[in-house]
Amino acid sequence: MMQYLVRRILIMAPTLLAISAIVFTIIQLPPGDYLTTMVAELQAQGESVNAEKLQFLREQYGLDRTPVEQYFHWLMGMLQGDLGWSFEYNVPVSSVIGERLLLSFVVAFTTIIFTYVIAFPIGIYSATHQYSWSDYGLTLLGFLGLATPSFLLALVLLYFANVTFGTSIGGLMDPQYLDQPMSWTKFLSVLEHLWIPVIVIGTSGTAAMIRRLRANLLDELQKQYVVTGRAKGLPPGRLLIKYPLRMAINPFIADIGNLLPHMISGAAIVSVVMSLPTNGPMLLAALRSQDMYLAGSFLMIEACLIVIGVFLSDIALAVLDPRIRLHGGTTR
Amino acid sequence: MNAPSNGARGTAAALGHYVNPAPFDPLEGEQLSSDLERYYLASQWRMMWWKLKRHRVAVASGVFLLLMYLSILVSELLAPYNLHTRHTDFIYAPPQGIHLFHEGRLVGPFVYGLSYNLNMDTLKREYALDSTKVQAIRFFCRGDAYEYLSMIPGNLHLFCPAEGGTLFVAGTDRLGRDMLSRLIYGARVSLTVGLIGITVSFLLGISLGGLAGYYGGWVDNLIQRTIEVLRSFPELPLWMALSAALPVSWSPLYIYFGITLILGLLDWTGLARAVRSKLLALREEDFCTAAMLMGARPRRIIFRHLVPSFMSHLIASATLSIPAMILGETALSFLGLGLRPPITSWGVLLTEAQNINVVALYPWLMLPVTPVILAVLAFNFLGDGLRDAADPYK
Repeated sequence: MMQYLVRRILIMAPTLLAISAIVFTIIQLPPGDYLTTMVAELQAQGESVNAEKLQFLREQYGLDRTPVEQYFHWLMGMLQGDLGWSFEYNVPVSSVIGERLLLSFVVAFTTIIFTYVIAFPIGIYSATHQYSWSDYGLTLLGFLGLATPSFLLALVLLYFANVTFGTSIGGLMDPQYLDQPMSWTKFLSVLEHLWIPVIVIGTSGTAAMIRRLRANLLDELQKQYVVTGRAKGLPPGRLLIKYPLRMAINPFIADIGNLLPHMISGAAIVSVVMSLPTNGPMLLAALRSQDMYLAGSFLMIEACLIVIGVFLSDIALAVLDPRIRLHGGTTR
Repeated sequence: MNAPSNGARGTAAALGHYVNPAPFDPLEGEQLSSDLERYYLASQWRMMWWKLKRHRVAVASGVFLLLMYLSILVSELLAPYNLHTRHTDFIYAPPQGIHLFHEGRLVGPFVYGLSYNLNMDTLKREYALDSTKVQAIRFFCRGDAYEYLSMIPGNLHLFCPAEGGTLFVAGTDRLGRDMLSRLIYGARVSLTVGLIGITVSFLLGISLGGLAGYYGGWVDNLIQRTIEVLRSFPELPLWMALSAALPVSWSPLYIYFGITLILGLLDWTGLARAVRSKLLALREEDFCTAAMLMGARPRRIIFRHLVPSFMSHLIASATLSIPAMILGETALSFLGLGLRPPITSWGVLLTEAQNINVVALYPWLMLPVTPVILAVLAFNFLGDGLRDAADPYK
């Protein structure tokens, strides 16, 4: 086990390094840099730009150096916990994204819980009642969940929440709580707003998980040990929970690796529509204005979270299911 | 034939030695009825087709998709209006329902005309159906001019509004353009995005996965690690970042190809994994060893023996990843990072439905979501059926 842990951690390091290189390449791809965007904007507003000041800024931000130098500067900074400087907000990146990351995390975490809570019973029901009308209905519902673009679902839910419950549109809390310290009423207000993004982001993940759990459980239900158990007189419910379910549950843990990128992707677009104070809208704005360190940090942190999530789920899987080969790899 | 059959009861002496004069066919017991023979000798693809046919929903989805794809060949003919025709008198007009009977009398398909009224209190455009104006729909008629494939001029439409009347089956948008026509034209871009994207991803997936699976060793390791890195990015933010990198100065057509390329470039990892694992399993199979022993070269083994045996799986998984691309294009265009207005796709149409007012006031602007859902559902069902049929020997 120890050896496996060390191996996995050793693999993680070059993976993260490669990710950082790709992230940096991507944020460097658009022609020009933040200053050219800024100059273009200023000129569009009819203001003149001081060439000297521009040169000063360029040197200050390190934009006059070669991309390779910039990359290593950024990488070294990150290793020391310095994410770089946000040009747009004119403060260090870490102070811009702190709160947003926390809220993103809250949304993602709640969504995963939601996914589990919904997918679990429905998946079991669907598998044990295979080919019944309720199974077909749930399957169709699941497919619909996969097929509906989440942003539109968000809009419609927002509208109905506003009409029926009078929830304020957009944001993660009522406007009056925005700069307030945490309190019980603020917490309630957050809860009141949280359910829409959670449902919207969770829908496609839930649908996918229901289908996978159903397929897995169906495979297990046909195995001989189930027949034996039934023949020996185990009550159906006990039989189901004691044996096949435990086998079919693996995807719930293994899926965190699939689920996390899904959640973050889903969250990105839904937050833009619902103007949630999370990563999505800020990443979009940063990409548009070429605020490269801000955009880069977001991409990097998201990728890191996923790598760590996959790592944790792999370990959990190895602990829970001794059949999983620790030394892995089918390379021959 | 009947004499030796009751030999057990009779005495051996009573029975004479009997020889059947008919020629003996040693394969008689293995003789197949023509039905069985047809079944046993059927090729893999034929068996897949039989198996797929039993999956009714998949076949129906396949037909539906085929019709959708055929429609993009004749969008100009199917759409009642031109893509860009503006009806300035009918901005944000609601959908006109199609009726058959007027005051108990059969008229054939017709719509009631719209009467427009600006509410001076709320400044809201109000349209009312005017039940005195019965506007029968014409079929195979001359209407808005278009240029088919931007070469052949024409003005024939499958159906058009009555002379001087209107026909907005799905309402109009903020410039008074007919939504139905725009939906029909939008299919062109939205449906092909998935096809081109999947082609790119298919080529990359097969060649890289094939390399990894066949050669193993460091090639395999390198490709596997690359896949892992690519998979640890959240899809949408990565798409967003890459499409933000497309130069603003590009023409819409280049942007279109750029977007499909991005969608394809990030999608191949799943396919490559499938190819690799299939190759690893198949190259140990007996038929592969046999071919090797008979002196077949690697190229022949790969293309003659290995590829055909997992092609069906690949097609199934490719079908299942097209919907993700269609949804991806929709999402990107919706965010304003994908295709841009002169090009019309379902995602571009949905950008009009970006704020909550639309849901409240002009819900028909959300209609482009219907073909998106239908196409994605159909692809999913078809892919499911194909996946079940992919291994007909089970």
